[in-house]
Amino acid sequence: MNTETMSIFSPQLAARFDALVAKYPVKRSALVPMLLYAQDEIGYLSDAVIAEVAERIGITQLDVRNVATYYSMLRFKPAGKYNIQVCTNISCMLRGAYELFERFQEELHVGHKGVTPDGTFSLEEVECIGACCWAPAIQVNYAFHDELTPNDVPKILAEYKAKTNGSVKNA
Amino acid sequence: MPRLVSHPDEVKIVTKRFGMGAANIDKYIELGGYEAAKKCLAEGPEWIINEMKASNLRGRGGAGFPTGLKWSFVPKQSAKPKYVLVNGDESEPGTCKDHLIFLHDPHAVIEGAMIAGLAIGAKTGFIYLRGEYRYLLEIVEKAVADCYAKGILGKNIFGSDTEFQIITQSGAGAYEVGEESALMESLEGKRGVPRIKPPFPAVVGLYGGPTVINNAETIATVPHVIAMGGAAYAAVGSERNGGTRLFGLSGHVERPGVYELPMGYNLKKMIYEVGGGVRGGRALKAVVPGGSSTPVLLPEEIDIGMDFDQVGKAGSMLGSGGVVVLDDTTCIVEFALRTINFYQHESCGWCIPCREGTDWLKKSLTRFHAGFGTEKDIDNIAYLAQNMLGRTFCPLGDAAAMPTAAFVKKFRKEFEEHLNGKPCPFAKHMELAVV
Ligand SMILES: Cc1cc2nc3c(=O)[nH]c(=O)nc-3n(C[C@H](O)[C@H](O)[C@H](O)COP(=O)(O)O)c2cc1C
Ligand code: SF4
Ligand code: FES
Repeated sequence: MNTETMSIFSPQLAARFDALVAKYPVKRSALVPMLLYAQDEIGYLSDAVIAEVAERIGITQLDVRNVATYYSMLRFKPAGKYNIQVCTNISCMLRGAYELFERFQEELHVGHKGVTPDGTFSLEEVECIGACCWAPAIQVNYAFHDELTPNDVPKILAEYKAKTNGSVKNA
Repeated sequence: MPRLVSHPDEVKIVTKRFGMGAANIDKYIELGGYEAAKKCLAEGPEWIINEMKASNLRGRGGAGFPTGLKWSFVPKQSAKPKYVLVNGDESEPGTCKDHLIFLHDPHAVIEGAMIAGLAIGAKTGFIYLRGEYRYLLEIVEKAVADCYAKGILGKNIFGSDTEFQIITQSGAGAYEVGEESALMESLEGKRGVPRIKPPFPAVVGLYGGPTVINNAETIATVPHVIAMGGAAYAAVGSERNGGTRLFGLSGHVERPGVYELPMGYNLKKMIYEVGGGVRGGRALKAVVPGGSSTPVLLPEEIDIGMDFDQVGKAGSMLGSGGVVVLDDTTCIVEFALRTINFYQHESCGWCIPCREGTDWLKKSLTRFHAGFGTEKDIDNIAYLAQNMLGRTFCPLGDAAAMPTAAFVKKFRKEFEEHLNGKPCPFAKHMELAVV
């Protein structure tokens, strides 16, 4: 396949993948990061993403799916533009992570793995994100926010909502 | 941005460049960076391994294996390429020290990996970061690119005929991938299911080649060991436990944070003086001394030195150095449930005792927390945990069973208070029951 012309990815990402498969002693080593970067751009691992990644690495789609289903960050359905991941593991739980998670649920009217109707936010309860000494902590996509209280929730949501610049339906 | 903390008892070796902008290569070099690697290049493998052995540096990933000894297991001659692998999967609940290292001192990881490579004769090092650490991966990748631009990495490091390359890698969410052989599987583009040992990675590792795998903190410590000299580094710590450790104080402590303290530092003092004591002056209920997989200690058990041997003698483990402090408002049943939920979620499912055991423990603790436990269940939980221990392919099964067994043994009374239709006396987070 001529990935230059047929790629579903942006030219930048396609170029990055070309570099990625050349970087390792074995092409297949690019698989896990490639899936994550693809998801970052497309939003989730659609059939088309799986097909192109399989093609680029030179393995079957089934093989790609078999690997992809192992990793908790990889998803097969779209999330919100801003995916809010609230850690409720021990260090965060001790410092009010469940109260924080509840407040997000109240403000967004969605539960675990829910997506708001306008597609701006999704919410997820996650395991330890490596910010235990600054608990409770969350990640919005890849950005960390730490030492939070439930009262910080409206401000965080407003901040991200402002970033969408009305580009998201109903935002 | 994670907050940096400080305490007069700290001995800043690994953290000494934190907050000084050392992610910038010129700053790192100005602060003495890459001098240790140059020295190693001049001195050669045997000298490096001797210094490492003399340092008594033990692996910071959890098991505390002596680093110099580990490196010495790599065969000198090998038909397949050898590799250095830096484990930055950092996913053990209670642990966030590698986070700070990647953020503030990424070049120490690169330099440490290079020294490991010189010691074992590897031309390539991999730095694997958990997928959630994207912003840290970008910092590390910038540092690596800067090294190539300056000739610090590449075919001729520091203008010599020695080659050393660094390849960075992102995970995509999996605790089990922190296990060394599962990490190699993941790096080879597969599911993170561990390999049967032996053969050990030092002989057959990544892509079948001899591989040294070390935790990111272990690797970041290496240049300091070389700069100070192995013996001087060893002298900072306690017997058979060289140097310092990045202890992460979290939970119900007044001043949580990552503190660099000498190995063997007293745990009680760590909580009450370094951490400022229990939050709000409340009573201490329990301490999880080394990440969520280590057995809980009671307040009367914490007058111990924090090194691998002393914590082991006290019936727990130093683990990842994540000290989680629980005050008297904590429901132990809930805490045990949250812990087992994690291990159940992360089990790779290969062995039955781990896959089924974590699931059953989760089910019975869930029922318990909701108030539907029976007296018999208490013994059953202990029995289940006991039957998982030592019966799995990798230590995750133990990591799930050990803390659970300790909670039941040390807080049996609290489990009894949850019996026969009596919901949690602390009335906390009942929604956990449906997760
Ligand atoms: C389930 C499991 C998860 C682990 N996670 C990590 C981890 O996130 N980081 C790490 O350095 N070691 C982790 N380890 C330990 C590694 O297997 C390995 O022992 C370690 O990276 C060796 O480095 P060290 O000798 O420097 O400690 C884990 C082990 C197990 C069994
Ligand atoms: S102990 Fe658990 S995580 Fe480890 S190999 Fe067995 S099933 Fe997988
Ligand atoms: S427990 Fe929440 S970040 Fe570690």
